[in-house]
Amino acid sequence: MSGFLAVLVVVLIFVVIFQIAKASEYVSILKGEKKARQQNNRINGFLLIAFLVLGLIGVYYCNELLKGKILGEPASEQGESIDNMIMWTLVITGVVFVITQILLFWFAFKYQEREGQKAFYFPHNNKLEVIWTVIPAIALTILVAIGLRHWFRITSEAPKDAMIVEITGKQFNWLIRYPGKDGKLGSKYYKNINDATNPVGQDWDDNLNRDDFMATEMHMVVGKPVKLIIGSRDVVHDVGLPHFRMKMDAVPGIPTTMWVTPKFTTAQMKEKTGNPDFVYEISCDQMCGSGHYSMRAIIVVETQEEFDAWTAKQKSQYELAHAAEAPAAPEQEKPAADSTQKAVAANIQ
Amino acid sequence: MSNDATLHSHQQELTHGAVAHDDHGNGHEHHHEDSFISKYVFSMDHKMIAKQFLITGIIWAIIGAGFSVIFRLQLAFPDTAFPWLETILGHWAKGGRITPEAYYALVTMHGTILVFFVLTAGLSGTFSNLLIPLQVGARDMASPFMNMLSYWFFFLASMVMMASLFVQTGPASGGWTAYPPLSALGDASIGSRIGMDLWLTSMALFVVSQLLGGLNYISTILNMRTKGMSMTRMPLPIWSFFFTAVLGVLSFPVLLSGFILLLFDRHAGTSFYLSELFVAGKALSNEGGSAILYQHLFWFLGHPEVYIIILPAMGMVSEVLAVNSRKPIFGYLAMVGSLFAIAILAFLVWAHHMFVTGLNPFLGAFFVLLTLLIAVPSAIKVFNWITTIWKGNIRFTPGALFSIGFVSTFISGGLTGIWLGNSSIDIHLHDTYFVIAHFHIVMGVSAFFGMFAGIYHWFPKMYSRYMNNTLGYIHFWITLVGAYCIFWPMHYEGMAGMPRRYYDYSSWESFKQFVELNKFISIVVVAVFATQLLFVFNFFYSIFKGRKLTTTNPWNATTLEWTTPIHPGHGNWPGEIPEVHRWPYDYSKDGKDFIPQTVPVSPDESKH
Repeated sequence: MSGFLAVLVVVLIFVVIFQIAKASEYVSILKGEKKARQQNNRINGFLLIAFLVLGLIGVYYCNELLKGKILGEPASEQGESIDNMIMWTLVITGVVFVITQILLFWFAFKYQEREGQKAFYFPHNNKLEVIWTVIPAIALTILVAIGLRHWFRITSEAPKDAMIVEITGKQFNWLIRYPGKDGKLGSKYYKNINDATNPVGQDWDDNLNRDDFMATEMHMVVGKPVKLIIGSRDVVHDVGLPHFRMKMDAVPGIPTTMWVTPKFTTAQMKEKTGNPDFVYEISCDQMCGSGHYSMRAIIVVETQEEFDAWTAKQKSQYELAHAAEAPAAPEQEKPAADSTQKAVAANIQ
Repeated sequence: MSNDATLHSHQQELTHGAVAHDDHGNGHEHHHEDSFISKYVFSMDHKMIAKQFLITGIIWAIIGAGFSVIFRLQLAFPDTAFPWLETILGHWAKGGRITPEAYYALVTMHGTILVFFVLTAGLSGTFSNLLIPLQVGARDMASPFMNMLSYWFFFLASMVMMASLFVQTGPASGGWTAYPPLSALGDASIGSRIGMDLWLTSMALFVVSQLLGGLNYISTILNMRTKGMSMTRMPLPIWSFFFTAVLGVLSFPVLLSGFILLLFDRHAGTSFYLSELFVAGKALSNEGGSAILYQHLFWFLGHPEVYIIILPAMGMVSEVLAVNSRKPIFGYLAMVGSLFAIAILAFLVWAHHMFVTGLNPFLGAFFVLLTLLIAVPSAIKVFNWITTIWKGNIRFTPGALFSIGFVSTFISGGLTGIWLGNSSIDIHLHDTYFVIAHFHIVMGVSAFFGMFAGIYHWFPKMYSRYMNNTLGYIHFWITLVGAYCIFWPMHYEGMAGMPRRYYDYSSWESFKQFVELNKFISIVVVAVFATQLLFVFNFFYSIFKGRKLTTTNPWNATTLEWTTPIHPGHGNWPGEIPEVHRWPYDYSKDGKDFIPQTVPVSPDESKH
């Protein structure tokens, strides 16, 4: 019933607007086309300048309202580069935005049709056109130069001492694998995947796999670079780290990498943000199916001691997988390919 | 329809208004009585085909925008049930809340419909068809039959897409970009079952429609200009339609090839895009394919596509601004040159959609450079539009207002392109609401504004009546303010890293602070949508009941379409096709308000 009423009200509003519009058309015919046009010009000219003023106030107000809700200080060293780039771009585009919008609406208001006013025949002016070709070109060159410097730094080879973590996307969660004590990930092959015992398809014949362990949260050490080896089991996902300002697709069959250096522990961020529930989140940023929106994982950034204590508690996947079975290792077919090694060898980044 | 009349058209100089007495345009020699079918259905008259494209586009726009209203309701009120949703969507909205599957289907269809069916077919299909023969001085397209086929392939594509909305597993739901493996595997998403096949079929038909149309537009512009209509005397809309058609003809086939490979992967067991997959509890046999290959093929069309959408709007806005400012467009050659530069660069920037796919960063650097380079011709255009209204004598017709709105939104959305085109910012903002804000403002709202400007401006040519001005003003102001209210705050959501295509944000510590903002945005969406319905009403009402046109040239414009009779028949000019003697922007020259293109240059005229 209330739905019906709502529709009725909307229809009524439509009818009223329509009647007004029709009446005003008759009035304008009575008044004569010229006079009606002058009146419309005055009203719309006023509205254009009002829109400019209120719009700029609105832009300022929107910023006041929302600036506290975006992320604040970047939580990684790479994020600092990105925020620096955003600042430069914001300043340049912001100035251009304000100037061009003011000119546009102010000219529209100022040069509205008036009795006796003549338009100025001004088909071209080479000097002006050269100026506004060259100035944007220079501004953009500056932005490209700064941008690429940051870009190459961010996408450079991870430092030698970087901790390695593998993260694999699947519908709809993240599988996180640590290399264990040897610091090396064992090889894997997708046909070995078994959701109960071997979610990423580790090859149990590879001794490097003996100490690799799977984790439900990603743990990082503050100040220590982490190199993520990113893959996917099914569709394209994307490892999004909003607080670190980083992102990299997880593509099935083609491992990618990304490295970050976290600056603050989770505990420090709780203080900084004043939010006791603060957590670093990994969001999936590439449409991956009906559960895309729920593809969340947590990163815990902590001190080296805390990290070591956590690592010590983890059981290797090999142990977990073989605990249930008889001690005799299953005789498996030798895998045809080895995607982890491919990642390290190709080292796309 | 033959264009042979052009051959001897130079003998007669038709000046403005000279043919006004022939209201019904029956003067064309080859005219024959049209049946209802040949006049309104299988019409080969470019003007009728334009109307068919426009009205089909309007219907799709209502559907596509209506979908966005439904999924915005979910974003604004994730915990509220709307029983009427269950009434219309059935099990897709059990209990009045749409399911995630329905949400993703709506999002995907919204994108596909708006990008391809509305802003490509509905915008360039309509106005290329309407304006190319009228403004270059031709009786019809180079091949009216191909032109008719172009519409009917679009219609078929529409039917198939429409059918896909009603299949049991739902329409495609992997996003309008349809990235595999998600779009390749029915086990990964129910939308990737029969719905995806229908989507691909529909898109293939759509590509055929675009190619038939595009080749026609190009050949008409190159070969069928009337006497005196040199390329540099063409009105800017024609230049923009020309570059648009070239872009489409060169890039749509690449998209089609990508789709064909996807079909093979889906049904023929090939592995173009598939490698090392473990889906629905079992490992697939495909190895060695590259999911990224599809993205290259897709964006090789996908990026030119955004220019296919925006170039016609740019061209029409240039024309409407010049006419209503009573001033020549500033820097005609620079405008043509920048259209050309944009068209070339459009082919060289596609990988900026792929900065975070693992693309080689060195290669990425070139795409950064080329992408930001596009800002230069875009800036030239903006400054030229602003200079066009400077010292003008502007009439704020609804068309003129939408043109001003176009420039405003093109600036706002274009500038954020400088953010996203720079890979070191994109790495944070990629696939967030910042991207949504950027492209909706620059190619959604702007392109729509260009389209509205075109509709209000050329409606009298299409239907020999005016649209209601007051409704036009209401439409403009609510849409302009509403569009900014919807999309401006989204930049902030994107800065917070809020990902696009999420069904619900409430479990995310990093993004749930925007609940109130999402409510605000969705409420504005509903209001703006209702206003568009007002426009649709105005459009259809005015076709039948609008104020009648009493002059052939209602805006006192210089271009050829206004030398045709009020009701132009098939063939456009009852007598000879007028000859052209000057460029189309002689407004306020030598103290004359305007000099039509058909007027010969007099010896005492000043040079420009």
